[in-house]
Amino acid sequence: MSTSFEKMDEFVNLKETELRLGLPGTDNVCEEREKVSCCNKRALPSEIESSTRKSETSPPRKGQIVGWPPVRSYRKNNIQTKKNESDNEGQGIYVKVSMDGAPYLRKIDLSCYKGYSELLKALEMMFKFCVGEYSERQGYEGSDFVPTYEDKDGDWMLIGDVPWEMFVRTCKRLRIMKGSEAKGLGCVV
Amino acid sequence: MTQDRTEMSEDDDDNSQSPPLDLRSAAIADHCSSSSSSTPNKSRNCMALNSQTFPDHVLENVLENVLQFLDSRCDRNAASLVCKSWWRVEALTRSEVFIGNCYALSPTRLTQRFKRVKSLLLKGKPRFADFNLMPPDWGANFAPWVSTMAKAYPWLEKVDLKRMFVTDDDLALLADSFPGFKELILVCCEGFGTSGIAIVANKCRKLKVLDLIESEVTDDEVDWISCFPEGVTSLESLAFDCVEAPINFEALEGLVGRSPFLKKLRLNRLVSLEELHRLLLGAPQLTSLGTGSFSHDNAPQSEQEPDYAAAFRACKSVVCLSGFRDLMPEYLPSILPVCSNLTSLNFSYANISPDMFKPIIHNCHRLQVFWALDSICDEGLQAVAATCKELRELRIFPFDPREESEGPVSELGLQAISEGCRNLESILYFCQRMTNAAVIAMSENCPELTVFRLCIMGRHRPDHVTGKPMDEGFGAIVKNCKKLTRLAISGLLTDQAFRYMGEHGKLIRTLSVAFAGDSDMALRHVLEGCPRLQKLEIRDSPFGDVALRCGMHRYYNMRFVWMSACPLSKGCCKDVARAMPNLVVEVIGSDDDDDNRDYVETLYMYRSLDGPRNDVPKFVTIL
Repeated sequence: MSTSFEKMDEFVNLKETELRLGLPGTDNVCEEREKVSCCNKRALPSEIESSTRKSETSPPRKGQIVGWPPVRSYRKNNIQTKKNESDNEGQGIYVKVSMDGAPYLRKIDLSCYKGYSELLKALEMMFKFCVGEYSERQGYEGSDFVPTYEDKDGDWMLIGDVPWEMFVRTCKRLRIMKGSEAKGLGCVV
Repeated sequence: MTQDRTEMSEDDDDNSQSPPLDLRSAAIADHCSSSSSSTPNKSRNCMALNSQTFPDHVLENVLENVLQFLDSRCDRNAASLVCKSWWRVEALTRSEVFIGNCYALSPTRLTQRFKRVKSLLLKGKPRFADFNLMPPDWGANFAPWVSTMAKAYPWLEKVDLKRMFVTDDDLALLADSFPGFKELILVCCEGFGTSGIAIVANKCRKLKVLDLIESEVTDDEVDWISCFPEGVTSLESLAFDCVEAPINFEALEGLVGRSPFLKKLRLNRLVSLEELHRLLLGAPQLTSLGTGSFSHDNAPQSEQEPDYAAAFRACKSVVCLSGFRDLMPEYLPSILPVCSNLTSLNFSYANISPDMFKPIIHNCHRLQVFWALDSICDEGLQAVAATCKELRELRIFPFDPREESEGPVSELGLQAISEGCRNLESILYFCQRMTNAAVIAMSENCPELTVFRLCIMGRHRPDHVTGKPMDEGFGAIVKNCKKLTRLAISGLLTDQAFRYMGEHGKLIRTLSVAFAGDSDMALRHVLEGCPRLQKLEIRDSPFGDVALRCGMHRYYNMRFVWMSACPLSKGCCKDVARAMPNLVVEVIGSDDDDDNRDYVETLYMYRSLDGPRNDVPKFVTIL
């Protein structure tokens, strides 16, 4: 353990003798930040930004910062959605998503997505898989995984077969099927 | 009043001031395990008696009889450091083990040191994982723990896990391996389903406690309630409010009917008001109740509606009430008969307006713990302040948890609470508008505060009256609240706020920082000024390599450090890892990682006695 202290001293001393352009006591944080990355994936804070933050242009996320405000998704998904007012904004359409072989379910908010491509991308990221190419006749080709959903009537449908708005209205839950079962479904027109 | 631990699911429960298994005791452990036939002579030096005449094993017996009375793990850790003999005896007599980070040591080390463990408390993922800041499958698997303990502790009675990944197989092994098993508590866990629960219910014949709290439980379509054995059970606590699966109500009613010791019952959303009514009539001895949905299945019949108030009136012992998952507000007054007895009330899943709320809270004079949504507004908080003079813990969650939401509570509510509830010890408050004045007022009015967590949901928001940063408010908290151990900050904050924390926050153990500070100096103030800091979680703040290096004298004495979306470089993290061999430095990336990138998306580092873990997923790099 003594070596770690020696090394620590080394670092501290380096800092003391460092030549900098700034006044003593200031840190060259700005330079470090600029050096660091063009891949700041978090969306940029809007109005009140300190001038030192020269953020690179990276595509901001969908307007929502991940994990902020810090409310657990369990809590977010379980807050009573029945509201007395007619205002439906921000209500969220939560459906369960399961994947064959994955040991647990997840929940997503369908109202966060504007269409199938956004939804599928999100699912791919969530479960770490790739959907194949979609075609109306053949379903999803090129992958063992097929995204399906259960509709209001209890039928299992292929994601993408109906218009998006109808899908959002009628979808009860999602299931990412794998293997031969999936192939069977994919061929049903 | 016994503290209802299940209510504190978002808090940390440890009161200890020293790490459970620090490196010094590990050094002793290594030494002892390598010299199993250690010479008795050395231990005699510790005893003041004329120990030449006493055989060593007699001294150890005496010690054993004394040490078994030590409960606090803080005391036990201290005792174990006195000398090897005390270390050995303490290890033999410790029956409850707390492990704050499951990766701080291996299961084998646990079973080698402690031989007679009956109860294990184990924590896994860091708290920020709750907010999707970490990809799934990061780790914290219960499997190696249960399989090791299955062989070493057949007498195991209690397992309490937080943020662990538990599979049905793990639960099956648990149920098979521990015939005397009594208590299973799973908080914020995932990976299992109702089939695993069914196995536990069926095989653990001595089960007293089955508490599933805020966990993700898959619906395997198994009637797990029916899996409890026939006959009288030992059940004292059954909590399944997080299980999103319909249950067999007849079976539940039967189970409650044959569980005479049942004191705590937390129903899920799929139990209706009528069903609750039937259960209450059969279980008037309950002390803690989670009500389920608190609404009707079907349209309520106009005649012959059950007298819900009467059912509550019969429950004279209920002191803790929660649930209300799908509340029909017109039925809320049914709980009035129990309000004056309540010490704990959780409305945090119910959208209750001030008008509905005020008649209820006016009766809750004895309330000590209160959780609610901000739908009760400042007006509701004023009512709490007027009535609940014994309040110790308050949590106000946002009904609409978005940055741009309206925000029905503000500094007015906080001010009122500070004036009315002088015994307040713990507060978690989500809001959209706040002022320094209100926070300062709370620091002055509530000297007993140990936990202060304020979340101003709009990032970088200043005091909305003065336009100034929130530095002075949080500064007053650390200055005036001399018992403060846990702090979460928000709003527009400069380095000055951190200077205050470093100067005054001498007892702070847990610190949460998000979107705050101007420069490395801020973090440096904290790392250099807060000697008791154990858990540090930071996101989206401008702290970089310089700041990270400032903490190297502290990292071995901390449970973990989390920094995400901060300008850290991989090179610096590697330097820290190299300089501190007993620190595991994890860099957690995201999907499209470019290995050549120097950018560190998330740094999670923690001390470990057994080096890096062997279950590292692809997106984690251990430096």
